[in-house]
Amino acid sequence: MNLLALMPFIVLIPLIASGVVALLPGRTLPWVATLLAALASAVIAALVLPEAIGQGPMSYPFGNWPPPIGIEYRVDAANAFVALLVAGMAAITLLWAPKSVAAEIEGRHGTFYALFLLALAGLLGITLTGDAFNVFVFLEISSLATYALIAYGQDRRALLAAFRYLIMGTVGATFLLIGIAFLYMVTGTLNMADLAERLPELRDNNAVRAALAFIIVGMGLKLALLPLHLWLPNAYAYAPNFVTAFLAGTATKVALYVMLRFVFTVFAPDYSFVVLPLSTVLMVLAVAGMFAGSWVAMFQIHLKRMLAYSSVAQVGYMVLGVSLATLTGLTAAFLHLFNHALIKTALFMAIGCVMYRTGSAKLDDLRGLGREMPWTLTAFALAGLSIIGVPTTAGFISKWYLVLASVEVGAWWLVALIVITSLMAVYYIWRVIEAAWFSPRPQGAVAVQEAPLALLLPTWLVVGLNFYFGLDTRLTVGASTAAAEALLGAGVALP
Amino acid sequence: MTLLSFFNYWVVIILMMVGFYCVIARGNMVKKIMGLNLFQTSVFILFVSAGKIVGGSTPILRDGVEVYSNPLPHVIVLTAIVVGVAITAVGLALAVRIQEAYGTIEDDHLRDDFDEEDD
Amino acid sequence: MSDNGILRIIARFLIPLILLVGLYIQFHGEYSPGGGFQAGVVFAVGWILYVLIWGLERGLKVISLKAMYVLSAAGVLLYAGTGLLGVLLGGKYLEFYPLLESPHAAQQAGIIVVEFGVGLTVATVAMLIFTLFARRRSEWIAALEQDDPEQRP
Repeated sequence: MNLLALMPFIVLIPLIASGVVALLPGRTLPWVATLLAALASAVIAALVLPEAIGQGPMSYPFGNWPPPIGIEYRVDAANAFVALLVAGMAAITLLWAPKSVAAEIEGRHGTFYALFLLALAGLLGITLTGDAFNVFVFLEISSLATYALIAYGQDRRALLAAFRYLIMGTVGATFLLIGIAFLYMVTGTLNMADLAERLPELRDNNAVRAALAFIIVGMGLKLALLPLHLWLPNAYAYAPNFVTAFLAGTATKVALYVMLRFVFTVFAPDYSFVVLPLSTVLMVLAVAGMFAGSWVAMFQIHLKRMLAYSSVAQVGYMVLGVSLATLTGLTAAFLHLFNHALIKTALFMAIGCVMYRTGSAKLDDLRGLGREMPWTLTAFALAGLSIIGVPTTAGFISKWYLVLASVEVGAWWLVALIVITSLMAVYYIWRVIEAAWFSPRPQGAVAVQEAPLALLLPTWLVVGLNFYFGLDTRLTVGASTAAAEALLGAGVALP
Repeated sequence: MTLLSFFNYWVVIILMMVGFYCVIARGNMVKKIMGLNLFQTSVFILFVSAGKIVGGSTPILRDGVEVYSNPLPHVIVLTAIVVGVAITAVGLALAVRIQEAYGTIEDDHLRDDFDEEDD
Repeated sequence: MSDNGILRIIARFLIPLILLVGLYIQFHGEYSPGGGFQAGVVFAVGWILYVLIWGLERGLKVISLKAMYVLSAAGVLLYAGTGLLGVLLGGKYLEFYPLLESPHAAQQAGIIVVEFGVGLTVATVAMLIFTLFARRRSEWIAALEQDDPEQRP
């Protein structure tokens, strides 16, 4: 079996496994099966990535119907990189899962893990497919599973958050469908590569313009780009901790990838950025997101919500990289996509450890906890350094590239903005550290133990990865550059 | 009459706006889901009407048929309908659980809930 | 509603017809309009009509909740398994040509099996959704009737 034959199994393994896992009894068995499935897809994704970078796009026609008639999976450096991130984060968060899930979810866990696998398969399917309609289907598979996963949260507000996310997510996905419908009506094809070939002749067609606008708005909703981010904070805050950790590392990243794939591959950058003032619009929204997200995060007392607002800000950094529309900018976007997944997952895992012991994620309940749970809160502080962008952390690398990209186009003021928002990140991380170490434990608070090793080890693994990718950037920078090159094609530059 | 010859698009636009308005303006969650359904249905009609060819027959291979409608949009819409059914089911299930947890499914009564309980 | 004679007799007449139409759509799906999804829904509608008239308890004797769960997963696995069979026999995923000698028969067989999986899943999932919604309401009312003032809205 060669690599090409294995490639579709990145998606198929979780998809098939979810059917099996749903029927497994008890708690341990479903988890083991889920972990094995996620590991298998991560390993295949890791094997496919170097091949996709070295050899160029790989295409797998389903049912041996040659594209554009059949559906193909088309993998180049960009989606192989994102697929590796998604499958890898799934495997790592799963290592952390069993204790946390057992504490939060009653009864057997077969259905829960089956939903998780469906969400994973959906996200991977979006990433790998080369068919525009298939993106919609997988998007809805993953979204539906995600709504249900969020509703598993213990707090009754999880239901409300899930419902509001369902409404906004469905509107977003339907906008994507409208965009795809317009594209299909003018070109008669749904294959992305085929669309990219046919669209240049239709540059003056209004339906194509409308399609681009609909797709950007639709994916902006799933991406939580600033004015469309309202679903995200509550969804992240009230979902089970394991679900939050997984979603924070993957869901918005995949949505960003879809937007990039349409903007760059399907419409070609010299069309998208000219027809719509995309560069300006995205830059304004990104900067606004960076500020508003960080600003609101500074005043949150619920730590999961604080981190969720910080995610809105970090999405701003990624979109800022995209809006520059240069190779360095796009590289920075991909780098931050990868690094932010590591950072946010580590932070949410640390908060999850705190919640496992204290049952609360409020800032006040954290006071004096640094001495009682030193390992957990040290992990939080170190991951916090990464989100601030201190050198030797992964967060520094992506911000460095973002600064480079800004300087390259002569936008020095962007550098100032990036530094200011990083200082805001210092503030909201510092509040936690101050509460944990420099405040006394409230009178009459129950003694709290350190989190169990089963939770600590995976948390520290992700924290360690943050520092590893802060020092050894061969994989991340190399793959990000290859991904950016794959999307930009043969160096199409802005006018 | 160009206005009338595009009547399918007019239907789509009207349905879409009615549905979208319903999602935004109605506080009742079941009504929101109805609006969402209407919104999606308008897109289905957009897709299906794109596949219609005037004078075309059903896309089944037989003698004497030259012009036939495009079957692909129908297949796509069928898939999208399945997705819509699933969304409706999940949405209604959430509405049931919200009713059980809060005793109401009027969004207006629940609006401040996120801030209140944070004390 | 089973005490209403008109409903009972019409349902008795309709239900077999509905199930038959469901099966017809299912097994003619490969060369005429039809297929697993439509068939599954129509088939489930037959069962739902039965439940509406004779009650959920009798409906669950026809097919138990557990059977629904198992069959809905089995349908997906049948679909996926047929796809895998294509890979094992040396083709691509969901390629049916390697299944049988004659290419026409192979495509036909493959699509029938796959669509049967779809139909199975859709029918059982539609029944499942109906059952869960129907039961939830009665369970909730039962919970309210027990002395549990905190549950009361």
